[in-house]
Amino acid sequence: MRLAQKHRDYWLRNLKLTAALLTIWFVVTFVVSYFARDLGAFTVLGFPLGFYMGAQGAPLIYVLIIWWYARYMNHLDREYGVSEVDGDE
Amino acid sequence: MADYTVPLRRYYGSYTAGFFVVIVALAVLERYGMPPRWIGYSFLFLTIFLYATIGVLARTASVSEYYVAGRRVPAVFNGMATGADWMSSASFMGLAGTLYLSGYQGLAYVMGWTGGYVLVALLLAPYLRRFGQYTIPDFLAARYGGNRARLVGVFATVLASFVYVVAQIYGVGLITSRFVGLQFEIGVFVGLAGILVCSFLGGMRAVTWTQVAQYTILIVAYLVPVTILSYQVTGVPVPQLTYGMVLQKVQSLEEKLFDEPAEVEARRLFRERADGYHERILTLPASLEEERQRLSERINELKTDNAQMREVVAIERQRRELPTTSEAARDYWESLMRQAAQRGAEPEHHVTAYPGEGGAVNDTARLNFLTLVFCLMVGTAALPHVLMRYYTTPSVREARNSVFWSLLFILVLYLTAPAYAVFAKYEIYSTLVGSSMAQLPVWVNAWGKIGLVSIEDVNGDGILQLAELSLNPDVILLATPEIAGLPYVISGLVAAGALAAALSTADGLLLTIASALSHDVYYKVFRPNATTQWRLVVSKSLLLVVAVLAATVASQKPATILFMVAWAFSLAGSAFFPALILGIFWKRANPTGAVSGMVIGLLVTIYYMVRVQFDTIPWLGINGIGMEPWLGIQSTSAGVWGVAAGFVTIIVVSLCGKPPSKETQDFVESVRYPEFERP
Repeated sequence: MRLAQKHRDYWLRNLKLTAALLTIWFVVTFVVSYFARDLGAFTVLGFPLGFYMGAQGAPLIYVLIIWWYARYMNHLDREYGVSEVDGDE
Repeated sequence: MADYTVPLRRYYGSYTAGFFVVIVALAVLERYGMPPRWIGYSFLFLTIFLYATIGVLARTASVSEYYVAGRRVPAVFNGMATGADWMSSASFMGLAGTLYLSGYQGLAYVMGWTGGYVLVALLLAPYLRRFGQYTIPDFLAARYGGNRARLVGVFATVLASFVYVVAQIYGVGLITSRFVGLQFEIGVFVGLAGILVCSFLGGMRAVTWTQVAQYTILIVAYLVPVTILSYQVTGVPVPQLTYGMVLQKVQSLEEKLFDEPAEVEARRLFRERADGYHERILTLPASLEEERQRLSERINELKTDNAQMREVVAIERQRRELPTTSEAARDYWESLMRQAAQRGAEPEHHVTAYPGEGGAVNDTARLNFLTLVFCLMVGTAALPHVLMRYYTTPSVREARNSVFWSLLFILVLYLTAPAYAVFAKYEIYSTLVGSSMAQLPVWVNAWGKIGLVSIEDVNGDGILQLAELSLNPDVILLATPEIAGLPYVISGLVAAGALAAALSTADGLLLTIASALSHDVYYKVFRPNATTQWRLVVSKSLLLVVAVLAATVASQKPATILFMVAWAFSLAGSAFFPALILGIFWKRANPTGAVSGMVIGLLVTIYYMVRVQFDTIPWLGINGIGMEPWLGIQSTSAGVWGVAAGFVTIIVVSLCGKPPSKETQDFVESVRYPEFERP
């Protein structure tokens, strides 16, 4: 199978986006939790920030990450003309 | 696309409305004196009847319908089905209680079980959908050329899913026995019938549409009690937003309660008791005989003093329960010692992360938190019953959207669970603790009878101290309606929700196991030219066999089952995650590398779990295999080592061997771009 330059670009942009979003995921999950105790000094909606991030902040950011990925990739598919026809099966 | 979802939306819209009408009707009937047991029966049988109807209507004889619902499930509905598939009886019943008991530490489950979907969305779902076959072992076989990878995949699928399905059926047994008073074993088989009516006739198609219905029931059941509680406590019916304020009240209650002299005294007494057990364990076997004599003397003393019969009976029971051998006595006293030590331990504030000695950060607790989050996330992104759901969407685009909907629907429950814990804590600390032993609320005794609540007036002051109350995690969710003083219909609703959570997960898991065995082992390995009809017959018979087997195991009430569910995540993660990720993102990964990586990852995880958790395995005649955990990491996070070992093995072995064939490399390309679809 021969790959056009177009496809390489498409894959590279996909990889860049995936890496960027995974970095956010990593920071929100592991870095923030590591410093959970220190973040307790701040308060959001009555919660200490460390607790809030674990209970609501991180999960909400996860949803946003997935939403953004789906939106961006679906656009990218169209832009590069690799999108499929709906209901292709 | 948009057209054919319209009737679906209409069906499920009117179905949800109908469900609310039923709840209201039952509430009215309760007013007019319908006994609670009937309300329990109505919920149980109405919901199972509903699932059966959907199951029968969605029956099918087509392979594609049976395994992947014809790949026609729109993103939103697949999201709901995934939500129900995902949220098991452990999420529904156990999570709120775990958060109640361990405060911040419990948030590892909230983060782990939601954050895993980021990995699913970014690294797996679109590519698996592009590949577009039936099972996860299918993908492994296509990518790593051949049946070796397929069979390892089948083994890991069955291993991880079977433990999990047993726990679900066990959950069904508990719910039916608690709420409608069926015997546990009968409850298990009623549940089994409920599961089979969904999956037997219609496979994935029926399971998907019942799961959508089950999602609605479970989420309504989860939200209603805590919303009412939130309204009662704060005047605002949005528990997810208001519990921050309540958390502050809990914090000040904790500051007041923890240092009260009576609390300090109660904890000291429990610690003393724990020391007593420790002493006895050290002086075995002499202490066993001494203890028996001591109890006998005490009985005689009481009898001569004409003491109350109840006290005599209690001590006689203690004497009867005393073990006969010194090994058994050691286990018996060790568990009593642990219980007493737990009750006597210094309580921790709900919001404190990683509490350590004297207010310092406990580094082992922090490491365990982070590794548990990691294992739950990687496990989420590797459990076959979840990944399989993304084969059912019509396109890659819909698969991407569908992960978003899945997590959104799942979040509704996970964002509410911490609120449950905080509201329950507030109610218990502010009204229950400090009340008179003689006038405890009804729910305390009702749940105490089946051992979920235990109370002991250790300092004999007739007042309930916090240290004197011990709760099973499940009771927080189940008792919230009663804690909030709501009518029984709400309790029935919660039971129906818990049942929906357990049944939907069990359906998905059973289908996964049956597909792995029938499609991957029977069809792909043994009989590649079997007819379509025959394949479905084999699949359905296997489903029946596995279901009966799982119910039989569940009816034995295996004690360690809940523990083993946490293991399923580590097992699935270490077997599948490295092979799937490298299979998509690293063309150089070759078959030998992948197979050895999967096997070694799995073996490392099993080795670590078994040696950290067990010292002896009586039925295998193995003794003294226990070991100190590495870096203090608990057995539930064993996947950390397995996943790392899996990645390293695949990379090293692949680099030592030949690169994969041109065909395989083309295959990887084809999975990466939506256009290159094979016919």
